Amino acid sequence: MVPIYYYIALSAVLFTLGALGVLIRRNAIIIFMSVELMLNAANLAFVAFARLHGGLSGQIFVFFVMAVAAAEVAVGLALIVKIFETKQSIDIDQMNLMKG
Amino acid sequence: MNADFVLFGGLAIVTVLSALGMLFSRNAVYSALYLIFNFSTVAVFYLMLSAPFIALAQITVYAGAIMVLFLFVIMLLGAEQTGRTPPTWWMQPLALTLAAILILEGIYLIFTHRTSFPALQQTLGDFGDPLQIGELMFSNYLLAFEAVALLLLVAVIGAIFLSRGRKFR
Amino acid sequence: MLFSETATAGLTFFSLAPLVLLFPLLGLLINLIWGGRLSEKAIGGIASGAVGLTFVVALLQMISLFSHPEGVVIPLVDWINIGELNIGWGIQVDTLSVTMMLVVSGVGCLIHIYAIAYMHDDVRLNGDPSRYRRFFVFFNLFILAMMTLVSADNYLMLFVGWEGVGLCSYLLIGFWYDKGKDGIGNALAGNKAFITNRVGDFGFLLAAFTMFGLFRSFNFDRVFGQVEQISELLPLGIFFITLFMLIGVTGKSAQLPLYVWLPDAMAGPTPVSALIHAATMVTAGVYLIARSHPLYEVVPQAQSLVAWVGTLTALFAATIAIAQFDIKKVLAYSTISQLGFMVAAVGMGAYVAGMFHLVTHAFFKALLFLSSGSVIQGVERGLHEAEHHHKGKHSEGHHLDPQDMRNMGGLRQRMPTTFWVYLIGALALAGIVPLAGFWSKDEILLKASYKDARLYTLLSIAAFFTAFYMARQIILVFFGKARSEAAAYASESPKLMTVPLIILAILSVFGGALNLPGIHAFGHWLEHTIHHMPAVKAGVELPEFSLQVAAVSTVIALLAIALGWLVYARWGESLQKEHKPYVDPLELTAKPIFGVLYNKYWVDEVYWTLFVNPYKAFSRWLAEQVDWRFWHDWFHDAILTGGFKRLTAFLAQPIDLGIIDGIANGLATLTQTSAAYLRRFQTGYVRNYALAVFAGVVAIMSYLIFALR
Repeated sequence: MVPIYYYIALSAVLFTLGALGVLIRRNAIIIFMSVELMLNAANLAFVAFARLHGGLSGQIFVFFVMAVAAAEVAVGLALIVKIFETKQSIDIDQMNLMKG
Repeated sequence: MNADFVLFGGLAIVTVLSALGMLFSRNAVYSALYLIFNFSTVAVFYLMLSAPFIALAQITVYAGAIMVLFLFVIMLLGAEQTGRTPPTWWMQPLALTLAAILILEGIYLIFTHRTSFPALQQTLGDFGDPLQIGELMFSNYLLAFEAVALLLLVAVIGAIFLSRGRKFR
Repeated sequence: MLFSETATAGLTFFSLAPLVLLFPLLGLLINLIWGGRLSEKAIGGIASGAVGLTFVVALLQMISLFSHPEGVVIPLVDWINIGELNIGWGIQVDTLSVTMMLVVSGVGCLIHIYAIAYMHDDVRLNGDPSRYRRFFVFFNLFILAMMTLVSADNYLMLFVGWEGVGLCSYLLIGFWYDKGKDGIGNALAGNKAFITNRVGDFGFLLAAFTMFGLFRSFNFDRVFGQVEQISELLPLGIFFITLFMLIGVTGKSAQLPLYVWLPDAMAGPTPVSALIHAATMVTAGVYLIARSHPLYEVVPQAQSLVAWVGTLTALFAATIAIAQFDIKKVLAYSTISQLGFMVAAVGMGAYVAGMFHLVTHAFFKALLFLSSGSVIQGVERGLHEAEHHHKGKHSEGHHLDPQDMRNMGGLRQRMPTTFWVYLIGALALAGIVPLAGFWSKDEILLKASYKDARLYTLLSIAAFFTAFYMARQIILVFFGKARSEAAAYASESPKLMTVPLIILAILSVFGGALNLPGIHAFGHWLEHTIHHMPAVKAGVELPEFSLQVAAVSTVIALLAIALGWLVYARWGESLQKEHKPYVDPLELTAKPIFGVLYNKYWVDEVYWTLFVNPYKAFSRWLAEQVDWRFWHDWFHDAILTGGFKRLTAFLAQPIDLGIIDGIANGLATLTQTSAAYLRRFQTGYVRNYALAVFAGVVAIMSYLIFALR
């Protein structure tokens, strides 16, 4: 059996890579996909801890996270489509109207 | 070194590589495909962690439905190619450095505290099977389940509202 | 018969006593509210009727007192309740107060009726008929106040009446406030009366305060009940109460040294002089001392002081009366003199004699004043008549004073009724047997003869002067030949005036029957209220009549009248042929003395120099120097306003503009400049913000590693 902390470590690596994606990409869709990657890393940690403590609540949480992610994607992508319609671009750096 | 470690190690390498691929592909379509690959390997981890229901949900919901939606939007907008240049020159190296530090810190933290993890028990045969999850979800988590149902409904309405055409205004 | 039956049956009318206040109030309210639409007859009728009803109520009280002579107190309302100070408003019904009620309402009613006719002419002569109603409203108000005074069951309620009659006196003296010398003389006379009375009332208040301090009450019964006890503890306290009270008495009853207002008070219409300044109000002081006799009896020094004040006043005023030419002024000084007799009597402890003289004096002095009013109006009518006869020709009488006796003479034939009643009044005043004045004055002289020979002598001299000046007045007014056209054409007054005069004349003749020696009905009547202190009562019982004293006083009076006849009828007539205008015979023979008396010993002038002028100068100094220069110019303008301006300037310039605005503007500048720098952090790039969050995560992670190591 692989010890659980290996899974946790993997989860941490995946999460950091997702965060890195948010930071270095300009494409709004890829930023979005990086967010999904971060969620996925969190899910992995949930499932690993569920396995460690022998309870099913962690898995249920993962299920809920998936549902929320689906809702988020639905709305988020609709927003991105809308932004593209107005600005003809999905470059996140062009959306800087809040500049001080 | 037993088979489990080999499997875990191999899959972990594939997972990280596919994540890096998603991160650094110039084409957004490739990124999406790398992510699908990544999600699929994570599903295998779920299987290894005695969560078959979650694993199948991962394949169908994430790798199937959500990523298809991504691909659909990418292709609809034709926005595959977008530059990676950040607004300021110091942004990318700083982000990479911080990410490296965070990864090292995380792994250090986990491996220094690995002894505080309780010993892993052998699971019962039916641990994580859909029947058990269903019973738990419709008893203890019924309210949350209903709330999620409402959330999905709101999301659907929101998506429709945002994406309707000019003629409906 | 009927009355004695009800009395024996035990029925009493005491519960009706509050009506003595209600009827005058009603009369005054009716005339005040609807008087404008009523005729003169109706106004006078309502006012007289109100007083007449009051008289009936007072009579009923008297009848009730026959069966219950101890009297009652009828509480009306609680007036003041502060801590231990509980003052009720109650009606004291006893023989003393009912005597006063009867005099006030009885004489008052007759004077009201007389005034219906008198004021009818008076308002026309003075040219303002609209004041007819005002006169009767004031008159009823006076009756109300006087009733309050005499029916009070405590000193504070008595003081309300005391001030009320003072107010009415002021209002009625100044009734023709726009007339008199320089168009302001009457108003000044009113002021003089009011201000002089203030001095006396101040004394009354001091007495009341001292009394409350000593007895913790104003109530008659409670105060008098404690007198013996307190007098052993603190005799000086009671001495001061009586002393202060005497000051009040000298003000209200026109005694030395505060008598000066009464002669000037003759500026009021004649019924006012008769009712207020002869019969009732001025006797309030006598009533007050009689009422407070338990206090006076324990301090003999105060008693003798009262007696001396009264005696000296009696003599002093009688001498002045000899040299006056104004018919009402003579009567005014006579009133002061007679009040002196009464005060002397109550001072000597002869309360019955004092009250007796009060009653008879009310009769004959009201009679004399009203008759003098009749004379004055008769002369006024004669003046008009004379002008009528001399149309176009030069007439002497336009500036003729209808009150000056030098312009009269020979009115006996022109005004027979008035002459006879005047003669009766004068004889009663002079003290001729068997008229009312003889009996009452005799009682006072009798008491004085036992008390103090000096008092007796002085009072007898005063009685001599009294008879002399009355003889002089009668002769000057009614005998001899008319000394002016006006007097020659004078005519008798209407029935409405003469009938009250006749009634008063009858009272003046038979009033003495109230307290004839041997029967002493009045004395026994008052005994129920005026109980002498045990110590005094145990003293010598005085004989009730002395033939010697009576004979002496009668001889004195007859001598004075004879002398008056000689001087004014015989000598004066012969002088008149040589001198025109009329000269007083005494003026020719004893000019310096006559001058002194004519100028009333210059008391008014002395008061002016001693009090009024310094006071006015002091007031002017206060007004101009202290108030204007010091308070206004210096304190208000220079210190307050200037200081405030300087303070505000200081607050406005350096404080407000410098410090407070500086703080506000500095804060604004600081915010602006710091914002100019800080806004650069807001790049608008989402990923910059995300990077900041990420750096934070890394930092927290580093801290955890460091902390959990």
